[in-house]
Amino acid sequence: MIGAALAVLARDLRLALRRPGQVLQPLAFFAVVTVLFPLGYTPELDKLRQIAPGVLWVAALLASLLSLESLFREDAQDGTLEQMLLAGQPLAALALAKTAAHWLLTGLPLTLMAPVLGIALGVPGSAMPGILSSLALGTVTLSLVGAVGAALTLGVRRGGVLLGLLTLPLTVPTLVFGARATELAIAGEGLSGALYLLAALAVFAVTLAPLAVAAALRIGSE
Amino acid sequence: MDGYAAYLWPAYLLTFAVLGWNVLSARRALREARAEARRRIVADREEGA
Amino acid sequence: MDWTWFHKFGSPPHVYRLARTLTPWFAWPAGILIVTALYGGLLLAPPDYQQGDGFRIVYVHAPSAWLSTMVYAVMASAAAVGLIWRMKVAHAVAASCAGIGASFTAASLVTGMLWGEPMWGTWWVWDPRLVAQLVLLFLFLGYIGLRSAIDDLGRADRASAVLAIVGVVNLPIIRYSVEWWNSIHQTPSVMKMDRPSMPMDMLAPLLMMLLGFTLFFAAVLLVRLRAEVLRRERGAAWVKEVVS
Repeated sequence: MIGAALAVLARDLRLALRRPGQVLQPLAFFAVVTVLFPLGYTPELDKLRQIAPGVLWVAALLASLLSLESLFREDAQDGTLEQMLLAGQPLAALALAKTAAHWLLTGLPLTLMAPVLGIALGVPGSAMPGILSSLALGTVTLSLVGAVGAALTLGVRRGGVLLGLLTLPLTVPTLVFGARATELAIAGEGLSGALYLLAALAVFAVTLAPLAVAAALRIGSE
Repeated sequence: MDGYAAYLWPAYLLTFAVLGWNVLSARRALREARAEARRRIVADREEGA
Repeated sequence: MDWTWFHKFGSPPHVYRLARTLTPWFAWPAGILIVTALYGGLLLAPPDYQQGDGFRIVYVHAPSAWLSTMVYAVMASAAAVGLIWRMKVAHAVAASCAGIGASFTAASLVTGMLWGEPMWGTWWVWDPRLVAQLVLLFLFLGYIGLRSAIDDLGRADRASAVLAIVGVVNLPIIRYSVEWWNSIHQTPSVMKMDRPSMPMDMLAPLLMMLLGFTLFFAAVLLVRLRAEVLRRERGAAWVKEVVS
């Protein structure tokens, strides 16, 4: 089972890296959205620092959503998904592998970009480790929850909009805990409580989301 | 009603409008489903004849 | 244990006839309770010493909010039964709940806002209860949206069932996170209307409204369920008897 899962993971990574443009799009989107806030609000770093947690997290959320749409689409179109369904390997494991690939290609890069964008919002250097750790944990949950939405809306017309509507309410806890962790990091206060909550969400998601994804994929292929 | 009337009445009206909508909409759905079923039966009978 | 009674619910004609018989048993008590509660709440209950007559909004806000959560729970349970036991009727119940639930969630949001403006001078308050209602509305809309986007009925049933279950699992977590968020930012929970400390002449109409609304939901659900079952069973023989 692990071999099959790793094979799926490796394949997704290889396929994605053949089209670097696709991989970079969500990251560029993240940057653009973050930059829009100062332009729409104020150049004053003191004021921007106050909204920085919310801006970074919402922008990361939206950027993640962008690449979720295509998570299963190509595999469904070229028949790979059917092979996975028939493969005799636990579908949840393969789903987890695909989601892991999504995180490595989108979530993790977004996390690594965040400090740079944070600077644009007046975030102090001391906050960076907190931002990195909170986003790293939060994006894991976002990828998992998003995968459920992507599996449910697979093949549905205008699935992209519906994907957003379905997924965003489910990301509220991650957003709340993550933004709070970022806020604490910026204020220089201890954020381990918020990080534990984020970690708990991630564990919960890793355990249950693949099951929901597998169920949704099976339903979508009948 | 010390000034709350402007808020109370819309709230009550809205809630009762929602109750009313639920009743009317459910009954309409049933009516249409029954009509559709009757139409189907007639069509099947004509086809089978 | 003899599970026949449960499996009878898998039979559409049985459910249809049962729904038809039961509807008036829910509808009439619901009407009586609601009218009585209305009289009690608007006329008999004394004004609150803090909020004056404004508190009377609770008689429409609380039942709407209660229904919104209860209907979602019923919808998710029915969806789960449909998914696990492959009962089409259970899926029909879930589908029938969606519109009802969404309408009451919207009502509770608007009445919540109408409570907030005269009380605290603002149309919207990021109170955990209102925010939870807002998220619940999005969950209902997502469910309805997913159902309408999938053409195949069986697939729509099963996909929306997964969505409903995922939603119901997440609801307590979302609720907790919003309350946590609120407590961090120290906004007082403004929409409290402590039930135990309410005097009986204020409390009784509220309890009656809550029960009345619940029975109302049952009655409306039964009517919608009949329509839904008819639509799904169009060609079947039993439909001919029941409809002519």
